Amino acid sequence: MTTANPATTGRQIPDRLGSPAARALKSWEALLLVTAIAIFILNSLASPYFLDPWNLSDATFNFTEKAMIAFAMAMLIVAGEIDLSVGAIIALASTVMGVAMAAGAPTPVLVLLGLGTGLACGAFNGLLVARFGLPSIVVTIGTMSLFRGISYIVLGDGAFTGYPPAFAWFGQGYVVWVITVELVIFALAALAFGILLHRTNFGRMVYAIGNNATAARFSGIRVDRVRFILFLLTGLMSGIAAICLTSRLGSTRPSIASGFELEVVTIVVLGGVSILGGSGTIPGVVLAAFVMGLVTFGLGLLNVPGIVMSIIVGALLIAVIALPRLWRMARGA
Amino acid sequence: MTRLVTSREAILALAILILLAVIATRFPGFVAPANLARVLTDTAPLILLALGQMVVIVTKCIDLSVAANLALCGMVAALMNGAGLPLPLILLAVIGLGAALGAVNGLLVWRLGIPSIVVTLGTMTIYRGTIFLLTGGAWINAHQMSDAFKAFPRAVVAGLPVMAWIALAAVAAMALLLTRTPLGRAFYAVGGNPHAAVYTGISVGRTQFLAFVLAGALAGLTGYLWVARYAVAYVDIAGGFELDVVAACVIGGIAIAGGSGSVAGAVMGALFLGIIKNALPVVGISPFWQMAISGSAILVAIAFNAASRRDPGRIILKRAEHRT
Repeated sequence: MTTANPATTGRQIPDRLGSPAARALKSWEALLLVTAIAIFILNSLASPYFLDPWNLSDATFNFTEKAMIAFAMAMLIVAGEIDLSVGAIIALASTVMGVAMAAGAPTPVLVLLGLGTGLACGAFNGLLVARFGLPSIVVTIGTMSLFRGISYIVLGDGAFTGYPPAFAWFGQGYVVWVITVELVIFALAALAFGILLHRTNFGRMVYAIGNNATAARFSGIRVDRVRFILFLLTGLMSGIAAICLTSRLGSTRPSIASGFELEVVTIVVLGGVSILGGSGTIPGVVLAAFVMGLVTFGLGLLNVPGIVMSIIVGALLIAVIALPRLWRMARGA
Repeated sequence: MTRLVTSREAILALAILILLAVIATRFPGFVAPANLARVLTDTAPLILLALGQMVVIVTKCIDLSVAANLALCGMVAALMNGAGLPLPLILLAVIGLGAALGAVNGLLVWRLGIPSIVVTLGTMTIYRGTIFLLTGGAWINAHQMSDAFKAFPRAVVAGLPVMAWIALAAVAAMALLLTRTPLGRAFYAVGGNPHAAVYTGISVGRTQFLAFVLAGALAGLTGYLWVARYAVAYVDIAGGFELDVVAACVIGGIAIAGGSGSVAGAVMGALFLGIIKNALPVVGISPFWQMAISGSAILVAIAFNAASRRDPGRIILKRAEHRT
């Protein structure tokens, strides 16, 4: 869904690049880091409860599940695609786990089913986009209704509760002291996706496809296969997030994780990934996840209601894209 | 003649007739004129929003904020009614507010060149959150609304409620706008080939802006109709309705890549979903099936659209390649 105005497209290429150190200082990631530190300081001034390690540990739940998906989504958006069905995949995976739990399945089976459902949903999206060449935005709007719709068919207005105690470890457990299991999964996912995007051939292919899919195809990249794998990864990460979220809440409702897609896309865009594809980094997404988590947790400590926070998230999403453009316009004029 | 038979609109019309026929075999009451009129009235909001969304999609954009716009305008209508303002003023105000909210989307797309999906994902939450800021989360219930306010969409004129007439009038107006005016041609030109549109002297951004304003004004009007008909206003009314609207357009054969689509397609896409929604309880299927059915309908429709449309430019090039 590109809406670029032809009169203003065309990339500006500078005559010479600045020194690497100067560029790092002026980078989006540096700006995010400063923002995160500023919010951290503001929060600790605003509320005396903020700096408590257990409180900070609780704060990570605000973003860990979304950020896991955001890493995969970042790669998808860098490649010029998008997946709006991630929240619905969580709902379906959680429902499948709920059905199995009700039938008496043990925790390892539940985890495998959660991962399997995520992969299957990702494969379905990937098949429709990569194999049949359909636009990802409408495909995933469709599968968003389909996946969550299946959850509604299974559950109606009911809910699954009573997950086995061992299952609670994923969303409620601690590895050491205040370090939660989810935080460790988040860190491992950040590392894995960082290496995949920035240190492997596959990562370079993703950038190539996002910048010019036709040129990528002519240079021998199997574009459709890369796209399929990216949807598969997004499905897998949604499955992992479904396990964590279901375990943390201890219940499954068909409305679980509704609106996740918006927050995941916001984290990705806030992290400096171009929504038009072709650029963005995993460290940026990690920092954006922290910024989002700190903002929502700080506002929560100040008793700001959830819906007002969603206004701020929405405004943030537009502002992070609008401000650099306004800045460029002001300098250009 | 063959073009008429194979057109998407004809196939969709056939699908709707078959759907109605299948329902009628078991529940003849469903296709009684009185019930069909009820289905039309019930689908009026979807038709109105699909008309606006269609124009936005034709110009290569998408508006995910229409349902939030509807909810905000509906709440403002209910608040104005509570303040004792007359109905004509309320109608003007909601159309104006809806257009203004659409203009915000349009300006961000036009002046800043931000992709419409990002803009409207953001404004979707902002508009809905604004309802909470206005009311603190309170509901406005039937007994807090004046009788005139509630009666207008339900008033029956020549056999149909006003709500249905408004939808039909909007359909006619939109068909005229798109097929008989320069602006209508501009919408298609911008979506079909933005670069060529610039060279023919059409401002791409301005045209997209006008599409958003149009979609916003329709959403604002629908906001009043929705709140008055269901006689309740709260933060979450029409939650997720934007997906139904996009679904109606996609089922109606509006190409998501822009540049093609017709009013008839959008209306039939909306009617298709409306008939399914109204038929489910009659046929005895749980309403919880509706979401999965509309999701499947979207997927079938896009697969169908993709199969029936091949980029003619590319085919010519390939033929030329093979010849040499």
